Amino acid sequence: MSKSASSVVPLTIRLLVVGLLFLLWIAMVGRFDAREWLVGLVLCLLVAAAAGDHLRVFAGVRLHPGAPLHFLRWFAYFLVALLKANLDMARRVLTPSLPLNPAFVEVRTSLESPLGKLALANSITLTPGTLAVDIHDDRLLVHWVDASPGTDLEAATARIAAGFERHLLGFLK
Amino acid sequence: MRIIADLFLLVGAAFCLLGAIGLLRMPDVYNRIQAGTKAVTLGALAFLIGVALLMPGWWPKLAVIAGFILLTNPIGSSTIARAIHLAGVDAWRKTDTPTREGDA
Repeated sequence: MSKSASSVVPLTIRLLVVGLLFLLWIAMVGRFDAREWLVGLVLCLLVAAAAGDHLRVFAGVRLHPGAPLHFLRWFAYFLVALLKANLDMARRVLTPSLPLNPAFVEVRTSLESPLGKLALANSITLTPGTLAVDIHDDRLLVHWVDASPGTDLEAATARIAAGFERHLLGFLK
Repeated sequence: MRIIADLFLLVGAAFCLLGAIGLLRMPDVYNRIQAGTKAVTLGALAFLIGVALLMPGWWPKLAVIAGFILLTNPIGSSTIARAIHLAGVDAWRKTDTPTREGDA
């Protein structure tokens, strides 16, 4: 995202952030209390106003009716990946010979916004055998534990990223 | 309900233990981070689910905690990994295996 593009954050994005903050507040209060909720709403508005142009980060969110559904699908996919990652890691850790073949691989992404890349990097870090190490433009450097000699590194890693990307592109740019 | 909650707590503790074993057994920083991050993230989540089952009134707060763990754990790991990478540490290689074909 270029700096000159827009320093003004769209109103919808501001409202989205206020909504998110308010949800957090409600979750922390934990029960209905008109006075507490009102104070929370005022604080959320203040925080969103004070954050100003920094809210530009959230411009990476795609706002459309299908977005929440895509988010839920990504989250389900992510939870399964996290579970698999742990079983895989448990197997590696507990095998006496430590079956590891680490290597660095580069993954290309079509997510353009910083928020999108962050979500992808976080997803990759919690996927079986992969750890996002660095981001340069549209390339993610990934540490992969299972690069056995002979496997097609690029193809295998691209597959890992593609699974997340498909879901992430539904609600992030 | 009580049993299920205990089961979640136990699973959470088990994964945290696995993460700790991973930290000890893995050969280099990157692999240690991998083992540490994944196991502790899932372990903490399982723990939070267990607590939510025991204390149903707490679940919104626990959900917030889970969200923050899911958001910040991988970021922290990636940041440490990036610093190590920038410091010039390369991926660990198995050197004691006698047969190794197609070594790139």
